Amino acid sequence: MKEIYISRSPAVAARLLGDEMLILSAADSTLVSLNPVATCIWQAADGHTSLSEIVERYVCEEFEIEPQAAYQDALCFVEDLAQHAVLKVSDEPQAEARTPGEVP
Amino acid sequence: MRELNARALSLGVPLSAHLDLTYRCNERCEHCYLEHDDKGEMTTAEIRGLLGQMAEAGVFFLTLSGGEPLVRRDCFDIIRHARSLLFNVKLKTNAVLIREREAALLRALGVEQIQISVYSHRPEIHDAITKLPGSLERTLAAIGFLKSQGLKVTIANVLMRGNSQDSLAVQKLAAELGARYALDPTITPMMSGDRSVLRLRIAADDLQQVFRNPALVGDVEEFCAAPAAVDDSVLDGYPCSAGHTACYISPYGDVFPCVQFPLPCGNIRRQSFFDIWENSAALKEVRSIRARDLPTCSCCSHVGTCTRCPGLAYMEGNMRGPSTADCEKSFVRTGIATANMQARGLSYSAGLVQIQRSFSSAAL
Repeated sequence: MKEIYISRSPAVAARLLGDEMLILSAADSTLVSLNPVATCIWQAADGHTSLSEIVERYVCEEFEIEPQAAYQDALCFVEDLAQHAVLKVSDEPQAEARTPGEVP
Repeated sequence: MRELNARALSLGVPLSAHLDLTYRCNERCEHCYLEHDDKGEMTTAEIRGLLGQMAEAGVFFLTLSGGEPLVRRDCFDIIRHARSLLFNVKLKTNAVLIREREAALLRALGVEQIQISVYSHRPEIHDAITKLPGSLERTLAAIGFLKSQGLKVTIANVLMRGNSQDSLAVQKLAAELGARYALDPTITPMMSGDRSVLRLRIAADDLQQVFRNPALVGDVEEFCAAPAAVDDSVLDGYPCSAGHTACYISPYGDVFPCVQFPLPCGNIRRQSFFDIWENSAALKEVRSIRARDLPTCSCCSHVGTCTRCPGLAYMEGNMRGPSTADCEKSFVRTGIATANMQARGLSYSAGLVQIQRSFSSAAL
């Protein structure tokens, strides 16, 4: 399995409302609401932890989900958010994720 | 968005906040409701602290405005800090101080939207309202810089007597610039209580033309339709989001339910934002009011569709009372008299004389 690395886009706005994470993409003004599992993945998307490790460490343990199924679900979720420029996907580990608001 | 607001309401979360960074301004708009002297603005550190508290309380949509927010030298530092806290930031500005560099910075900071006031496509009208010569030219240039950065720009077109004939031309100008267009016929009394600026409100006949123009309101038949029958769900509803899921903070740290609702709820120099949001007696009172508690409006056929502003009602003397400006809009829109008009025997303020005439012919 080829590893992928995900990082949060600095262009988004996000806030936890109850147990759901709200994310608004500045790119296309899409408002996304993440359930607790997806919120865990999004919060762990630091650019240098692989998706498989994130799933194993934060999803399988926390929510008691079987790893293979959890990874496939996570992959779909990541592709979806990448389309809205909420997450960035890379084949290689990225430098420390830029803080939103930090000027490049 | 409605679902989101309902969820925030059920959780008691202040989803939206409007923060004025300053009341100082480089324009002197004739209809402005503010006094522009600095009476002790919050420092950069105080605002950073406040933003942290607001993020913790759950504020997601943050509007930064003024006065003119960009007259503060630390404005970009504040926006940067707000974005680092993951707020969705909207900036309201006259854009006179925005050049290529500032536009690029706003883009880099991930500001969601910039709302800019344009009063007319004609410099002699716009500049006469702002009292700043050359302001239209500079504002339009700024919109060009912002659009070239791919930013979302909304042109806010406040309609009043002096520019009431220019709305279509401003709308066309917005389309040419790639900006959204928002029409606002509301002029509010000054926060000090001075109501003299209300003389600038658009005349009822002109407002009627606006409300009958599909280019400005969309489906005229739907927009001007008679109100639907009132049921319990309407009477149990809240007048608006002010104090429920939204609030306003002045440059001096005063918290109010809304920028148009100057009911003091606390000051962040004395209490935490969360403490005010949770425990303010004034906010609790605002939250306790349902449509059925409004003595005049609960009996009005417009109660479910009226844009009644509780803040404007408060400024008229009673937050449970009618907001005359909104009564006027409901009547001009539908031709059906409001309960407030009937209760007053049509003896309105001088500014509504034309409505009186229209009502007579419509009612008979």
